[in-house]
Amino acid sequence: MKKIDAIIKPFKLEEVKDALSELGIEGMTVSEVKGFGRQKGHTEIYRGSEYTVDFLPKIKLEIVVTDAQVDAAVGAIIKAAKTGKIGDGKVFVSPVETAIRIRTEEKGDSAV
Amino acid sequence: MKKHLLAISLMAITAFSATTLHAQDTNAAAATTNAAAATPPPLPVPTLEQRVTGLEAYIADSDPSASLKDTNGNMICQNLPVMNTAGPGHNAWMMTSTALVLFMTLPGLALFYGGMVRKKNVLSVLAQCFLITGLVTILWYICGFSMAFGPGTGAHGPFWGDLGTYAFFKGVTGAPGGVSTAWVSLDVFSCFQLTFAIITPALIIGSIAERMKFKAILVFMTLWMFVVYFPLAHMVWSGTGWMSGAANASGAAIKAIDFAGGTVVHMSSGWSAIVLCLILGKRVGFGKDNFAPHSLVLTYIGTAMLWVGWYGFNAGSEVGSDGTAGNAFTTTTLATAIASFVWPMWEWLVKGKPSVLGFCSGAVAGLVVITPACGWVNPTGAVWIGIAAGTIPWFMCYKVKAWLGYDDALDTFGVHAIGGTVGAIMTGLLCDASVNSLVPMQTNGVADHAKQVVEQFKAVGVTIVLSVVGTIICTYITKVLVGLRPAEEVEMAGLDESEHGELGYHG
Repeated sequence: MKKIDAIIKPFKLEEVKDALSELGIEGMTVSEVKGFGRQKGHTEIYRGSEYTVDFLPKIKLEIVVTDAQVDAAVGAIIKAAKTGKIGDGKVFVSPVETAIRIRTEEKGDSAV
Repeated sequence: MKKHLLAISLMAITAFSATTLHAQDTNAAAATTNAAAATPPPLPVPTLEQRVTGLEAYIADSDPSASLKDTNGNMICQNLPVMNTAGPGHNAWMMTSTALVLFMTLPGLALFYGGMVRKKNVLSVLAQCFLITGLVTILWYICGFSMAFGPGTGAHGPFWGDLGTYAFFKGVTGAPGGVSTAWVSLDVFSCFQLTFAIITPALIIGSIAERMKFKAILVFMTLWMFVVYFPLAHMVWSGTGWMSGAANASGAAIKAIDFAGGTVVHMSSGWSAIVLCLILGKRVGFGKDNFAPHSLVLTYIGTAMLWVGWYGFNAGSEVGSDGTAGNAFTTTTLATAIASFVWPMWEWLVKGKPSVLGFCSGAVAGLVVITPACGWVNPTGAVWIGIAAGTIPWFMCYKVKAWLGYDDALDTFGVHAIGGTVGAIMTGLLCDASVNSLVPMQTNGVADHAKQVVEQFKAVGVTIVLSVVGTIICTYITKVLVGLRPAEEVEMAGLDESEHGELGYHG
């Protein structure tokens, strides 16, 4: 199984969630984060005082999927989250040792 | 039970009769003594027509005794029943105005400033506003009202009142007259003026926001009220004031006019603020860290409250509900709305985006600049003032502040000092004797603008000197007594937690 971390633009969350849902991936963890890559921040002006805000709000999405689902999941995320403009985000895939469902204590692929 | 009630009633009636009889005895005794001393015959009872004159004076907000005095200033008849009674309409308006001006500080200014500071300092602003409210009220009660509005005799009469006349609110009752008007209770007038005394120091905290110890603010404001505010209020508004062109028309050395406090409130707070902020120095991280306002929503709400409350500040300064108050209401509306429009238009033009902070700042600037002028100019004058208010303070905050590099955190200097000064001068340029016949410098019923502007400049000069010198003194005394700035780690962590043990927001 693999863990997929996706940093996406906040307003794309619903679209990505729906795209993953269509693939049968129902569970995910979402957090509000701040960050930047090559996208520059923006400037705010308050009465002549200018502030450059480097850290932009993003959404971090974390899902764990079986090896068989990885490619489809990554593809769905990218398709739904892409705007074509700078700041779209990144997807990271890393290996997961094991997964356990707390309620039933089942292990492995069936827990994902 | 009934027996007890009957007994108590009988005792009460007996006591009342005894008191009345005693009073009659006393009067009879006094009359006998007076007769023996051969005093003039008693004044006639007022006629019906004279009494109607008194009622008409209530409607016109004028002195009911004016037509009832001989050439020596003595009454030609006994006091009218309406004399020495507050007029319900005028008193009601002044009570309303007082509540409106208090509303300007709590929570208008508190939210206006509170939204503009960083989240970690929001409570410090709220606390400082409330501290000042209580502190100034205590000082006002003890001696402040007396120092500002007491008659002031002798050499110091033009410059400050006294410590005796109204100390501990002695003589401050529901009766009208004296430093109030014929129709407004003295206690209501005192409370009204108190709300001005409260908001003036509260304005100062805008410039030193986020970097002055609570203890230092307590000490500084106490000193400042005595050194700057009470004398200035006396000089500009008292019947014996040195610069009181309207209330002291015959005696004032400087015949300046200031309807609601362009000098007393805005210039004093603004020019004091810049001195205090220069002595204090810049905030840690100024120019590098992000000092963006944490909630322009709060600032917006505060602005709207300031505008509504300011109607009490400006129109209430007539101390009566009459045509002049109505004029002040109108000029305030026009100048503020126009300034709130012009400021963001400049932003749109020069910076590309009109901002919410621009709307708010424009409105407040408009309110500040119209303050001294509101009861002296006509609607056209108000329009010019609105345009100036949306332009000059805007330029001050956008360009001049950056050039000069000082840290006036919330632009108290840019808006209140500069705005108040512009307003004081424009009052001289635009005053209209047909709007308010009390314009000191006039010829044949027409205002002499050139001469009036000269008087305004004089008052502006005195105000600036008093504010600057007074603030330097108060600041250094405070520094010696309790210090001024918190430790650097405290300032960086935010004042709320260390000074007040609280956080403004959780989660």
